[in-house]
Amino acid sequence: MGSIVLEKVSKEFGGLDVIPGIDLSIADGEFVVFVGPSGCGKSTLLRLIAGLEDTSGGRILIDGADMTRTPPAQRALSMVFQSYALYPHMSVYGNIAFPLKMAGRDKAFIDSKVRDAAATLNLTDYLDRKPRQLSGGQRQRVAIGRAIVREPRAFLFDEPLSNLDAALRVNMRIEISELHQVLKTTMVYVTHDQVEAMTMADKIVVLNKGTIEQVGSPLELYRMPANRFVAGFIGSPRMNFMDGAPAQKYGAVTLGIRPEHLVLSQSGGSWRGRVELSEHLGSDTFLRVEVPGIGALTARTTGEFSAERGASIFLTPDESKLHRFDANGKAMP
Amino acid sequence: MATLHTRSAARLMMAPSVILLFGWMIVPLAMTLYFSLLNYNLLTPGTAAFVGLLNYSYFLTDPAFLQAIGNTLLLVGGVLLITVTGGILLALLLDQPIAGQGIVRLLVIAPFFVMPTVSALVWKNMMMHPVYGLFAWIARGLGLQPIDWFAQLPLFSIVLIVAWQWLPFATLILLTALQSLDQEQKEAAEMDGAHAISLFLYIILPHLARAIAVVILIETIYLLSVFAEILITTGGGPGTESTNITYLVYAQALLQYDIGGASAGGIVAVVLANVVALFLVRLIGKNLDA
Amino acid sequence: MRTSSKGHHALITTIGWIVGLLIFFPILWTFLTSFKSEGDAIASPPTFLFFHWTIENYVEVQSRSDYLKHFFNSVAVTFGSTLVAILVAVPAAWAMAFAPTRRTRDILMWMLSTKMMPPVGALIPIYLLFRDWGLLDTLSGLIGVLMLINLPIVVWMLYTYFREIPGDILEAARMDGASLGKEIVYVLAPMAVPGIASTLLLNIILAWNEAFWTLNLTAANAAPLTAFIASYSSPEGLFWAKLSAASTLAIAPILLLGWFSQRQLVRGLTFGAVK
Repeated sequence: MGSIVLEKVSKEFGGLDVIPGIDLSIADGEFVVFVGPSGCGKSTLLRLIAGLEDTSGGRILIDGADMTRTPPAQRALSMVFQSYALYPHMSVYGNIAFPLKMAGRDKAFIDSKVRDAAATLNLTDYLDRKPRQLSGGQRQRVAIGRAIVREPRAFLFDEPLSNLDAALRVNMRIEISELHQVLKTTMVYVTHDQVEAMTMADKIVVLNKGTIEQVGSPLELYRMPANRFVAGFIGSPRMNFMDGAPAQKYGAVTLGIRPEHLVLSQSGGSWRGRVELSEHLGSDTFLRVEVPGIGALTARTTGEFSAERGASIFLTPDESKLHRFDANGKAMP
Repeated sequence: MATLHTRSAARLMMAPSVILLFGWMIVPLAMTLYFSLLNYNLLTPGTAAFVGLLNYSYFLTDPAFLQAIGNTLLLVGGVLLITVTGGILLALLLDQPIAGQGIVRLLVIAPFFVMPTVSALVWKNMMMHPVYGLFAWIARGLGLQPIDWFAQLPLFSIVLIVAWQWLPFATLILLTALQSLDQEQKEAAEMDGAHAISLFLYIILPHLARAIAVVILIETIYLLSVFAEILITTGGGPGTESTNITYLVYAQALLQYDIGGASAGGIVAVVLANVVALFLVRLIGKNLDA
Repeated sequence: MRTSSKGHHALITTIGWIVGLLIFFPILWTFLTSFKSEGDAIASPPTFLFFHWTIENYVEVQSRSDYLKHFFNSVAVTFGSTLVAILVAVPAAWAMAFAPTRRTRDILMWMLSTKMMPPVGALIPIYLLFRDWGLLDTLSGLIGVLMLINLPIVVWMLYTYFREIPGDILEAARMDGASLGKEIVYVLAPMAVPGIASTLLLNIILAWNEAFWTLNLTAANAAPLTAFIASYSSPEGLFWAKLSAASTLAIAPILLLGWFSQRQLVRGLTFGAVK
């Protein structure tokens, strides 16, 4: 019901090749996250799927039908915008009812649908309010409600949580994931926050400069990044990278090891370094260790650990968790 | 944003405006140009003949023309000077906390909304009339001879009237721009030791530069074509002392019925306006980001 | 502003009021004179408030049937040209604000430049064409001309207001299944109404006060107030009080309108360059 296939989809803006050519398959019911740094084309790709931008080349198939030239209104997709894009002159009820009104449904039908959506999203008490009287989180839910009532083939989310404060973001993240469990509709979600990507996705598409770096489940990307870019993008704090002698020792041009895969010791280990900075989060402690000949490494350890600035410390990488990259940045098996 | 099906709709929607304005600009201008090459007088309609640039040579060598150009520049320059300096001062004044500020602002803004003909009549009769006017009464009260404004200082009188009308415009624009000045910027300057004059010269004036540029540009466009005030007060006189280019063309066309000559004058006026506009835009163009 | 000394505040207030009253004075004087008898109007020394107030001038002006006719001419020409201008300009401004192309900026600049052309450049042909087409001294002819001269400003103002409407709200409407027409009717128009109203106000002011074409293209029949008041200018005996009454009636509507629309004026007349 909600499968999306992109065949060699490309987009150029004024001579600039923003997306050279993308092939991607999204299965019905999947929660797919497009993630990548600013300017990588993830929002553009989403808007191409929505039909808000025209492709420069390639085809977009929704449920097997070629919708490349179909206007957005007829693609049966719903979009939740970063700024929510609520209609300021309509009440919450009016906002949610609008798509159904456009579809020409009768009043009774609209009413029941709107109230259902409002109930699902805890908006029943706010149906008469105008958007400007709502908080950020409430507006977000109205935007989602408006998207739900259409019963679209797929939901498109364009960085919907960026404008919310941290605590609210965590809550909404959970709500959206739960929504997906309930509705089982395909969801395509764009974000620059890799934590959101990791926690919500069935499948992550990592984009960089308009091309796909890797597609896979969150754990796949974490454990087996296909290249240096993905390895450095997924996982927080960032993976440590080393060139030169330490990498060559393992037969690679670049070596990567995640902070959580470094074992610390006061007594001995592979690399000896000096603690420059320690960050105490309570649950974890992150140390920035300057190792001569290698550079600065970030290491993660338990919350109880403490070390003074300038103290000497030993780091040993978990050999099974080392990542090796060749001269092109590609992962070596 | 512009997807396929909106682009052609967009072109269609712009069409009426573009076509209308294009017609409005091209057709009369082309016809004026055409007429300027004819010896065409409304009193002798059948004898319109092609005379090439004859009208232009008459027009440009007519002493009235040179005076009209001078008057036009004096008029525009004079009004600009009064309204911009007055506007800055008034804007600074109105930016201060004044009791009943809203009303004072309304009082200052009012002249701009008075139609030019009423303005001219009120000033001509009730303010500047040499016998019954208020200025005359004040002069007599001071033991001075009342000035016959429109006979002795025709152009200056008109400058005063027009400046009175446009001062609110300049004030309003400059006040708006002034109030957009970040309060924190002023405070930072004060912390840095700036007193009122320095604050004005180094912080406020540069901030106003763009608004001043806009005021000058907009006013010039309108001031080049001052008409009603001249028609009603002096009729261009005495002689041609208060005739500007616009009035000269009007007089030649609708009072002397010399279509050919007046058309040449019209073209000259258009060229003049373009020159001034080009000059201005270049001079202050960097302040504009319209 | 920090609280300045009481004395400073009082001084500024005094200066402000004096300046304001000085500038407003001619209008005030006209208003007062309109309530005087003709004899009082030219009396020397002039009386300020303590004269015999009468409304005979207003009665006289109203009873002259041609005054009312010219008042309605002003109304017709003002609203007529405004309405047509809005009808033509709204689609154009929509297209330029929401579907801009590389040429949009140029087209807008060009439209503005048509406003910079001195009216004398068009006076002669328009006059002759109107004469030949029977449009001289007609309301429709005047409506046409006034619409054209103000169209650039109307388009510009609407353009700046439309651009302030967040684009993603319109995209949301599109995603919600709205066709172009429905998008305009249900979403764009309600959000654009304040901007359109402001533009309307400004255009009314500009059209009501226009004093070049209204003076040259009309005579007894279609003359709006601008031209009609001008006919008071040839001396026909004592007439100042009546002139003041006629003037007050002519300027009062726009004065009030202008007082309410200062912000729109700034935006409109500076083509949005100053906000």
